[in-house]
Amino acid sequence: MIDYVDLMGFGPKGWGPLMLQATLMTVAVSATAFALGSGVGALIAWARIEGHSLLQLAADAYTTVLRGIPDLLVIYLLYFGGSAALTALAHALGAKGFVGVDAFAAGAIAVGIISGAYQSEIFRGAYQAIARGELEAARAVGMSRWLMFRRIIVPQALRFAIPGLGNVWQLALKESALISVVGLTELLRQAQVGAGSTRQPFAFFITAAALYLVLSTLSGWGFRRAEAVGMRGVRRS
Amino acid sequence: MDFDFLGQTLLLLLSGVPLLLQLAFFSIAAGAVLAVLLALMRLSGNPALDVCARSYVFVFRGTPLLVQIFLIYYGLGQFPEIRQSLLWPFLRQPYWCALLALTLNTAAYSSEIIRGGILSVPFGQIEAARACGMSRWLIFRRITVPQGLRVALPAYGNEIILMTRSTALASVITLMEVTGIASKIIAETFRAVEVFICAGAIYLVLNFAISRGIALLERRLSPQMRAPAASAGVPEPAR
Repeated sequence: MIDYVDLMGFGPKGWGPLMLQATLMTVAVSATAFALGSGVGALIAWARIEGHSLLQLAADAYTTVLRGIPDLLVIYLLYFGGSAALTALAHALGAKGFVGVDAFAAGAIAVGIISGAYQSEIFRGAYQAIARGELEAARAVGMSRWLMFRRIIVPQALRFAIPGLGNVWQLALKESALISVVGLTELLRQAQVGAGSTRQPFAFFITAAALYLVLSTLSGWGFRRAEAVGMRGVRRS
Repeated sequence: MDFDFLGQTLLLLLSGVPLLLQLAFFSIAAGAVLAVLLALMRLSGNPALDVCARSYVFVFRGTPLLVQIFLIYYGLGQFPEIRQSLLWPFLRQPYWCALLALTLNTAAYSSEIIRGGILSVPFGQIEAARACGMSRWLIFRRITVPQGLRVALPAYGNEIILMTRSTALASVITLMEVTGIASKIIAETFRAVEVFICAGAIYLVLNFAISRGIALLERRLSPQMRAPAASAGVPEPAR
């Protein structure tokens, strides 16, 4: 036990600072991916609600494909595919050698587009939960589409979307661990590095697991608070 | 598009399908057994059992599957007690480690689905069964299971599809299933897009087959939801 405290502590030989830094990296990459996913998700949801039938078909295909294919494959595609494209571009411009994509960018985009597929379903459900009469009333008082979107749709849809978004955030948090395979030093990668150099894999991976639990518990609590605040004006049976 | 390369890649990738199906099938089957146990523990009314099952679900749902795989594959070997135990010949192999991690992981998610299914059975029916003098086991078998299963099936179908997708993580501990082979081909040829298309197609076909299977099963299990056949009540003419 003393060994463990030394190993994970903040002393001269402790891995504590590095593990905490890696935890922050996990939060950063998950948050970037989640924000990206919100943008993608909103676009897809819009395509499914209002779009032309071709756009609807494309949106359907997008969600089906990204929810059915392993996340690891999507990460490989973006990382290696992106690197190959960049290298080709660099060669065309006269450079030599291999040009790699940034692991953070590739990982965040990969997890983001997967998260977007899930978020689009949540946004669509939330939009449909808005009372039709309110949209009609907004049109009747002459609101423009943008004003209606900003004042009527967003505040209410967001409120209904909070519980679902909380689930998707937890998914993104856990999926961010997969970005370790392309070398981004987030929590899991840092644990692997530590396990390799100290030959104490159990200590490192159990610490990583505990830190993930802390993150998911804290964010679960945050989303419950947000839900309570968001729902404060809604009468419930 | 280079169709020769696509064809070759597809063939190579297909050789990983048996391992993928094996991992998915055994982990889901073993996970289902564990999940029922966990669900019953949570519903038992015994606070100790309830807390155990609750913490199990909390831990396995709150951490990434990849961490669980690493913890089992790399982590357990840290202890000499485990390296000298009878289990070591199994825990040394990536196959059994992946299977164990997938099983423990799906059990946590499925137990919540099963618990929801059991809770959905109206209490009046249990009461009626008790009033008829059915034993607890008979009530479980005849009243709870058939109805709970029906309610839990759509969510459980989702879990099966998610597990098929999750078997990809076994490739990280060197197992050569579809994603493992895909990453090897990508590393050798750097043609990520083509390989992705082939591997993606395999997963989509598998998922489609599974979701059709679940839909069929759902239809079979809920005869009351089907439209009555036109000839209902009229015996079929003898042939």
